[in-house]
Amino acid sequence: MTPSEQKAIRIDLQIIADMIEPDTRLLDVGCGNGDLLDYLVHFKQVDGRGIEISTEGVRSCVNAGLSVIQGDADTDLETYPDQAFDYVVLSQTLQTVTAPRVVLENMLRIGRRAIVSFPNFAYWRLRLYLALTGRMPVSKSLPYQWHNTPNIHLCTIKDFLATCDELGFVVERSVALNKEGHVRRIRSSPFLSNLLGVQAVFMLKK
Amino acid sequence: MSGPTGGKSGENSTISLPGHQAQLGVQAPLRLDSGAELSNFTVAYQTYGQLNADKSNAILVCHALTGDQFIAESHPMTGKPGWWEIMVGPGKPLDTDRYFIICVNIIGGCMGTIGPKEINPANGKPWALDFPVITVGDMVRAQTLLLDQLEIEQLFCVVGGSMGGMQVLEWAAKYPERVFSAVPIATTAKHSAQNIAFHEVGRQAIMADPDWCDGQYLSFGKVPSRGLSIARMAAHITYLSDMALLRKFGRRLQDRDSVSYGFDADFQVESYLRHQGSTFVDRFDANSYLYITRAMDYFDLVSEYNGVLANAFKDTKTRFCVFSFTSDWLYPTEESRLIVRALNAVAANVSFVEIDSDAGHDAFLVDEPEFEKLLAGFLEGAAEHRGLPRVVKQ
Repeated sequence: MTPSEQKAIRIDLQIIADMIEPDTRLLDVGCGNGDLLDYLVHFKQVDGRGIEISTEGVRSCVNAGLSVIQGDADTDLETYPDQAFDYVVLSQTLQTVTAPRVVLENMLRIGRRAIVSFPNFAYWRLRLYLALTGRMPVSKSLPYQWHNTPNIHLCTIKDFLATCDELGFVVERSVALNKEGHVRRIRSSPFLSNLLGVQAVFMLKK
Repeated sequence: MSGPTGGKSGENSTISLPGHQAQLGVQAPLRLDSGAELSNFTVAYQTYGQLNADKSNAILVCHALTGDQFIAESHPMTGKPGWWEIMVGPGKPLDTDRYFIICVNIIGGCMGTIGPKEINPANGKPWALDFPVITVGDMVRAQTLLLDQLEIEQLFCVVGGSMGGMQVLEWAAKYPERVFSAVPIATTAKHSAQNIAFHEVGRQAIMADPDWCDGQYLSFGKVPSRGLSIARMAAHITYLSDMALLRKFGRRLQDRDSVSYGFDADFQVESYLRHQGSTFVDRFDANSYLYITRAMDYFDLVSEYNGVLANAFKDTKTRFCVFSFTSDWLYPTEESRLIVRALNAVAANVSFVEIDSDAGHDAFLVDEPEFEKLLAGFLEGAAEHRGLPRVVKQ
């Protein structure tokens, strides 16, 4: 019995969690304070590992009995062997890494499937914000100023699809979440998804 | 600066020690890495808590260079608190209400286990330099014999800092099926040139003391106190950090208002080091210091596995938690990262935390609440996976 058993997880994490088959091996890159890992370990009996850059995050994970190392997606993924995991998850972290393409390639080298979630920079409110105010958008999902943001590689759903194409990745599942957390399948309406989606979740394979 | 080790022969000094003793290598001798063999030898160990019915709650604590088996009780020779009382006890991270804690004085040591100050049955004199050179691998092999005797098939956890951490790595590499979880703390997979260099200073200090008598000091009723205390002073500096020394002593003067224009201990830091040195010789054997530092210098798990540390942990099922400390310059965080990368390379189950501390290498021995909490958290998670109940069931 852990305290987490009553705790609800963030909506995008729940969507990711629902994509995961039970009894699988999973690496959560940028696992934060371990909410997703904790959920998956307890509810889906997943053999889960994490990498987290922040000391506070690692502390709270290890305290919760999760297997997490203090590390960095840009440098530490290199050290993992090929196809060691069923899933490699990167939730809300892609935009913060130095070399997103390398990270994505590493994810599908290490894991059979990669699950990636990120804020969609083409969300209409962000477009409008930039168009009307002439300043870098600041929103609930992008709460930083241009000078203190960790988000150095923001992209749109359309950008991401193009990159997957270039890398030869197969998009197995893709959903966009609107402001209310409602889910839209990107494949059935890519244009609307890119306009109305606050964030997106992709499941990729090679 | 006379030490109780001085006049006593090995046997006399061990009889009064609390704790347990085991006779090992009785059926078959323990073959050492050097090729020498030890047969029918004594190993002293101490335990805390109770072993459960299926013998699944045992934690082996591996002690460091100058540590011993008295983790959680007053030291029988110095009267000081046990070296890990912060960690071991009821309700503490190594909870004696839940786990059975074992700590074995390493072979080559001087607290009841066979070592250079004990009596060599071949001639009735202390072993001194006739004692075979030992390795970290030998220490661990001797511990496996003890566990065989205690009929403990698998340890719930092997934990240790510094040289204790080397033993943890050795355990995990050589006996993975006997180690459910492993916690190497402030350690390294191979002794660096700098590590060896500091040890060599210590050894040379001991051997330069005329009272060392080519290692035969016990037979002459002498103790190389000056050499051993200088070795300890030099080593002690490596266990602290610049910041810790600054915080503790700065440039403050010892019992005086101005410098003496002489070579007394003007500064508090000098007085402190001298005290560290002189109290050390009261409880530690100089030859043991030579043997154990040598064992650490020889430790190189990387080259043992053909330059690829990951090979040491291939197919491991052990759950690891690696700890390092920001101000530890003896075994800096980068050494721990190498271990973590090797474990990642075999997709092992590993956690790694670098603890923010200015206490230097000794941070694992002092009160670091963050570290204590994390170790407790890791053990809790591992215990859950192992299915250990919260309180020992007999």
